[in-house]
Amino acid sequence: MTSGSIRTDGTGPDGHRIRDGRSSRGGMAGIRRAVVASTAIVLALCAGLAQADPHPWQLNMGRGATTWSGEPYFLNNVALGVCVVIGVLVFGAMFIAMFRFRKSRGAVAEKWSHNTMVEIIWTTIPVIILMTLAWLATDGMRTFYDTTGSQMTVKVTGYQWKWRYDYVDYLGKPVSKVGYMSKLDALSDKTRQLDSGLDPYAVKTGDENTYLLNVDKPLVLPIHTKIRFVITSEDVIHSWWMPSFGWKMDAIPGIINSAWTNINAAGTYRGQCAELCGQDHGFMPIVVKAVSKEDFAKWLAAQEQANAPAPAAPAAAATAAAPATAQVVAPDAGGHG
Amino acid sequence: MAHEATHDQHDDHHHAPQGFFQRWVMSTNHKDIGTLYLIFSLTMFFIGGSFAMVIRAELFKPGLQLVQPYFFNEMTTMHALVMIFGAIMPAFVGLGNWMIPMMVGAPDMALPRMNNLSFWILPFAFALLLSTLFLPGGSQAGGWTMYPPLSLQSSSLAYTVFAIHLMGISSIMGAINIIATILNMRAPGMDLLKMPVFVWSWLITAFLLIAVMPVLAGAVTMLLTDKYFGTSFFNPHGGGDPVLYQHVFWFFGHPEVYIMILPAFGIISEVIPTFSRKPIFGYKAMVFAIASIAFLSFIVWAHHMFAVGLPMGAEIFFMYATMLIAVPTGVKVFNWVATMWGGSLSFETPMLFAIAFVILFTIGGFSGLMLALVPADFQYHDTYFVVAHFHYVLVTGAAFAIMSATYYWMPKWTGHMYNEFWGKVHFWCSVVFVNVLFFPQHFLGLAGMPRRIPDYNVAFADFNMISSIGGFLFGASQLIFLGVIVHCAFFSKKKATDRVWEGARGLEWTLSSPPPHHSFTVPPVVHDEELAHGHVND
Repeated sequence: MTSGSIRTDGTGPDGHRIRDGRSSRGGMAGIRRAVVASTAIVLALCAGLAQADPHPWQLNMGRGATTWSGEPYFLNNVALGVCVVIGVLVFGAMFIAMFRFRKSRGAVAEKWSHNTMVEIIWTTIPVIILMTLAWLATDGMRTFYDTTGSQMTVKVTGYQWKWRYDYVDYLGKPVSKVGYMSKLDALSDKTRQLDSGLDPYAVKTGDENTYLLNVDKPLVLPIHTKIRFVITSEDVIHSWWMPSFGWKMDAIPGIINSAWTNINAAGTYRGQCAELCGQDHGFMPIVVKAVSKEDFAKWLAAQEQANAPAPAAPAAAATAAAPATAQVVAPDAGGHG
Repeated sequence: MAHEATHDQHDDHHHAPQGFFQRWVMSTNHKDIGTLYLIFSLTMFFIGGSFAMVIRAELFKPGLQLVQPYFFNEMTTMHALVMIFGAIMPAFVGLGNWMIPMMVGAPDMALPRMNNLSFWILPFAFALLLSTLFLPGGSQAGGWTMYPPLSLQSSSLAYTVFAIHLMGISSIMGAINIIATILNMRAPGMDLLKMPVFVWSWLITAFLLIAVMPVLAGAVTMLLTDKYFGTSFFNPHGGGDPVLYQHVFWFFGHPEVYIMILPAFGIISEVIPTFSRKPIFGYKAMVFAIASIAFLSFIVWAHHMFAVGLPMGAEIFFMYATMLIAVPTGVKVFNWVATMWGGSLSFETPMLFAIAFVILFTIGGFSGLMLALVPADFQYHDTYFVVAHFHYVLVTGAAFAIMSATYYWMPKWTGHMYNEFWGKVHFWCSVVFVNVLFFPQHFLGLAGMPRRIPDYNVAFADFNMISSIGGFLFGASQLIFLGVIVHCAFFSKKKATDRVWEGARGLEWTLSSPPPHHSFTVPPVVHDEELAHGHVND
């Protein structure tokens, strides 16, 4: 697959995702409809852009690309809307006070300093608003924590400063020996050196700037599949964050965390390590290449075949451990396979 | 004879010791020690600020132009440690030292020699901390939270830990002193529920300090033994748990962030009534809100850890508890607005900073509420959205309150008026540039930029450049602040009246400007109508 077609895959469905997401929200509970309507202006302003995330001048969180990623996006918008409304009321009252009760306009101070009724009202109303938000958030958590019924398991391991992906099982069958390191692509790595003289704007995959957001070997995943991740680390704490999936999960040595995703659309999705993990914390991106189930099955079979008899394959993974060395894979390949 | 002895002592009390060393290094006077704390804090504010300038300069555009990534991490770590423990906290202790005895009608702090010690530990602690920048291997670069195992990779861990121990000892002694002063040294008639809200806020803050500084000391000591003595508290290979550190750290860390904001609430509750010429609205509600926030601060710590993989029940508990904080905080904001409502407002520099505090701190509170929602926090966590959030509450919150307090009480301290024009210039520059600096960081975080990274994709370039420009200008604006302070302390010709502000209430304003070296050697008579909050029977 050429890099050009990957980009088209990525941005094309992205626009649809946003529109689909908004119409499907409309069919949910009445309270959700009401709050969504109240934040419509914000949505139109911030989320109506059909571009891959992140994009220049991006103002709001993206809708994401999975069955769950709408939850944080929705909560973000609702909470933002609530905050804007409260802010307008409180700051509005403050500005009215500042103009109406100026000493220079002859205002004389009143003596009162207490009003029980008002105090009860402005304690109670926030409690009601908070209970609504809490209910919505709890709902989102219930679905997030349900990793049952997954059709595939991927083990993610953090290293200073790269990721390792091991395919554990797929459709109920164990996957043998498919696993590899994934680290910053060579061009980004060369460009990001202090005083490299190279232009970050020139680091591109197709038309998309992928400076510090590209890897040598992306994680290849099938769409429309519930994928369970088991996440851990071999050295310090990292955090595996894929904004398009709607979550991040810390990779902690000695602990195995789990999370799940179910990707809606094929494309290339980009994220980064989100927990400070040492000097190259900013240089261990995460790239997921989501492909159709058929393509994934073919890719996985090819990987298994390539890895099973040849002892050279693990060696390729081992060379990946040395940063800033020559890349085996073409550096500008937004995807692998 | 007895009379003569008393008279001699009386004379002594009105004069500061003559020698520089005697006066400043050996001081047991709450005003001089308060001044030392404030000067120290201002120095650290500029040192920590210069680290921030390095950070913003490197983030000005994509690509690494100035510093290596490891040094960048040293800068983010030291910026936080210096600003939190060196600038914000000592500033509040300095303000407390200066004002609490004068506000409750006490002659001095309850434990003057300990007061001296608790200050003089600090310069040594920070010399130790800052010296690590010059050590081979550099300073701690694992963030101010110092999460293991990363923090254990630093070769200067022991220096940092010892510096933190010293800071903790200083804070605990300062807190003990403040509690002892407030509980034992109030003038007759200054009942607890007649105290200024600033004094209340410090009383509660001091208890928080005593409760949590030992927890921090314990956490960092465990780091030390893990690195040097072969223990495995946080080492999974020895059966330890890296997440345990985060629980212990944030059990300190969350009350700590309220330690940095509760005295600010107190300051704002003094300034707004003064320039509204109206008693504070809902005095008891204000005190109760501070106490509630302090209590809640102990049961919300894991909201800093929503991404570590806690069980769902734990996340739900910490989410609900965190959201609950919005209620007393909201009450405080509403009460400040209600204090202004129906007042007779004037807008001198302290009031401008106080109004900016209420608006911008509330914006920080809003983003805090958004961060409390666990599913949304899965996205926000460890991004620039968080950076924007805590800078809104700490810079436009805590630091703006400290600036407000400085302008508010500086005429009382020095006996001279500061230059109102330049004060206002400082305010308007600060309030504009601080928003240019931090507001775009919300967008960066939402778009997916992680925090603590020295370089970024070009998609983040525009807002980072805007933020950096705001940062440089905000930093430069603080030089005006320095200029106004130096002018007021040494060059101002304009004498301050005793009351200074028309609407000022409280015992501190009954003293001369500047107050005598030893004030209230005889307890003052408290008149209820003199108190800052007015009608105490409400």
